[in-house]
Amino acid sequence: MLSRVADSLYWMSRYLERAEHTVRLLDVNMGLMLDRSGTSAEGRWQRVLAALGNPAGLTWKGDHIQLIRSLTFDGNNRGSITSSIVAARENARQVRDELSTEQWQRLNRLYYQVTESRPIDSGTQLEEVLPAILDGLHLFQGITDTTMNHGEGWQFIQMGRSIERAFATVMLLDIYYRDFFLAQPSASDTSQYLEWIGLLRSCTAFEAYCHVYTADMSHEWILEFLLLNPDFPHSVRYSIDSLRQALLSVCQSSGRLSTDELSRMAGRLQASLHFAEISEVLQQDTAAYLSGILRQCHQIHDLIYGSYIHYSVQAALSA
Amino acid sequence: MYSETTPASMEEQKPQHGHPSLSEYFLDRSYDEMFDAQGVVRPHYEALLSAFTRLPKEELVRRKQSADLSFLMQGITFTVYGREEGTERIFPYDLLPRIVTAAEWERVERGLTQRITALNLFLRDVYNEGKILSDGCIPREIVYSCRHFRREMRGLQVPRNIYIAVTGSDLLRLDNGEFVVLEDNLRVPSGVSYMLTNRRVMKRTFPQLFGAYGVRPIEHYTQALLSTMRSLAPEGRPEPTIVLLTPGIYNSAYFEHTYLARQMGIELVEGRDLVIHDNIVYMRTTAGLKRVDVIYRRVDDDFIDPLAFRSDSILGVAGLFNAYRAGNVTLANAFGTGLADDKALYAYVPAIIRYYLNEEPLLNNVETYLMTDPVQRQHTLANLDKLVVKAVGESGGYGMLIGPKSTQAQREEFKRLIEANPRNYIAQPTLEFSRAPCLMGSPESPQIEPRHVDLRPYILYGDKVTIVPGGLTRVALPKGSLVVNSSQGGGSKDTWVLTD
Repeated sequence: MLSRVADSLYWMSRYLERAEHTVRLLDVNMGLMLDRSGTSAEGRWQRVLAALGNPAGLTWKGDHIQLIRSLTFDGNNRGSITSSIVAARENARQVRDELSTEQWQRLNRLYYQVTESRPIDSGTQLEEVLPAILDGLHLFQGITDTTMNHGEGWQFIQMGRSIERAFATVMLLDIYYRDFFLAQPSASDTSQYLEWIGLLRSCTAFEAYCHVYTADMSHEWILEFLLLNPDFPHSVRYSIDSLRQALLSVCQSSGRLSTDELSRMAGRLQASLHFAEISEVLQQDTAAYLSGILRQCHQIHDLIYGSYIHYSVQAALSA
Repeated sequence: MYSETTPASMEEQKPQHGHPSLSEYFLDRSYDEMFDAQGVVRPHYEALLSAFTRLPKEELVRRKQSADLSFLMQGITFTVYGREEGTERIFPYDLLPRIVTAAEWERVERGLTQRITALNLFLRDVYNEGKILSDGCIPREIVYSCRHFRREMRGLQVPRNIYIAVTGSDLLRLDNGEFVVLEDNLRVPSGVSYMLTNRRVMKRTFPQLFGAYGVRPIEHYTQALLSTMRSLAPEGRPEPTIVLLTPGIYNSAYFEHTYLARQMGIELVEGRDLVIHDNIVYMRTTAGLKRVDVIYRRVDDDFIDPLAFRSDSILGVAGLFNAYRAGNVTLANAFGTGLADDKALYAYVPAIIRYYLNEEPLLNNVETYLMTDPVQRQHTLANLDKLVVKAVGESGGYGMLIGPKSTQAQREEFKRLIEANPRNYIAQPTLEFSRAPCLMGSPESPQIEPRHVDLRPYILYGDKVTIVPGGLTRVALPKGSLVVNSSQGGGSKDTWVLTD
């Protein structure tokens, strides 16, 4: 497969995952705004911005409608849902011949859905608009899985989604860890309960969590679930597992050795998540542990680029 | 001989067919594909006409809409340059096929084969010994002053001596029913994807009619294109890797590039996907560098290698021309084929055919006046309002003056241009080329009306010449219009070559 094509598929997938994450964060936090709680609006929306990696040009100015407007259909804002979907489509357009017609049509529809949306104002029915976009994104994923060859291209799509998701979950954990686990470790009033639910919902994890741990919220369990659960698709461990799997498939189909640095890095991160104990994680400097995972994800991303996309001609010729 | 041509005739007559949907069908002096001069339906159009007039108009409109929708859904669009908004448009499709009889096609096919063979011999000769020039058959200055003449090609051996692997010649039908060649399009002709998709939509829209007519198939085009490319691989590369090189998503024919690559099962690459090392071309893949042997390139000469040609091009690949000269990669078409495409050189094609093949041309040229010849220039300048003037190196309907439709100011402008640079222009009579029935009118009252059409057959030249029967019939959709280019209001229709 052409490196450029792999690059486009990888980024298409990352942008779509990013759009989905943004939609969900907005939806969950709009819902939480309705409840009277101890958390200030400022603290809440600062957290949303931080969870999105503090997109350039966006700051909290005291008006959540204005912030939501920038994060939804404002195409001039790199962090908005529209920008992510436009970027995804632009990547898809460059590899139109690699996608199925169904995929392309679905993505196109989503594109028109967001680019033709009016800017958000106080009267907008966000609770209808956001789920409709989420549906569109889920449909695209389903169509991708059922209509596309599960070959190399599909594996790059999995890679993009997994790594973006791992980033998103780790970043959320990092922020909540600093704001709640660390600041008020013993507090267990209603307002904190709501924030925990907010965290789980931001990862679509509330119901899945309850299945495992019941509705009792404990920061240790929540961290364990979102970080180390082997079966939940938004957990960091699960994301790294599927990233590793996609890497191994690509490795096989492109005939490369599986002992290079990329495999080693990905394998090590996967193993460390497999054999971690949540009590150990909490005993050490947890913030440093989380940023360690982020750093390794960045390295893996760079290595994917170095191995498959922007490798040097000299290195490739001597290989 | 300078024939005076009269624009649209005055004495229009109605055909004898009395059906209401044909009430706007007037004949004029140009050849009508469906009716003869007496207004009688030509035999090969009878079944088509009766099928269309039998259909209730609602049904006709429904099928038209379903065909249009099918194009929209497949995203079969082209890009129009020079517009900010709505640059992606659907190529208008006309429902009525254009029918060519077996006998007519046989002549066209032989004529094109003859012409392509001769033009290829000409390119080989000019870029090597130059016999035709030393024999004085063609003036040297005409060849050397061509914008598309590539000095870099001198003395280069191209695989199988094939320069023009893919051609899309533009044919017109004159008022006497004779097919003539208007342009040869030897560089990167486009439109073949429309030929193929038109056929697919046609078969779905009128399956029974199509089945009953005995139409020769065209679906093997992409396979033939692939074999042509394979046959041109460099020596010692028995399992060649073939790629299609596109300028990218902003090119007007990008849809076609993706379509052909998919249908042939080859990689669609852009310049940035290719790297050259030691005069060998590689593409960057996730499995490392993969050697490329044949490039079906849809990028113009000028842009293909910033080291050899235009240095500001970012579409090309640095060093590609050297790799080509070294014989490590084949490019189809070869560089410099645009030489034989020059509109001034076009006037010499009949002489070229006689020189190399010792045969009379089977397909005639359109009469062409060279502005470098003082007598012909004088005649042209005196008759600018009746002639069509074209810049020699342009294509796609750009850079031309259509005399009868021009303003005084435009004619003055072209007079100045011609006098400043006579080598850059030629003139031709305004041709009343043939018209074919098209479905026009509104959805409430669909009408069958005649519109001017041309024909672009696609010729492949590898180990042999292959022409799929038919080609792309382009239609000038506005009433009375003579311009069929998609960039200027043209559409297209399916072309049926009959088996009988």
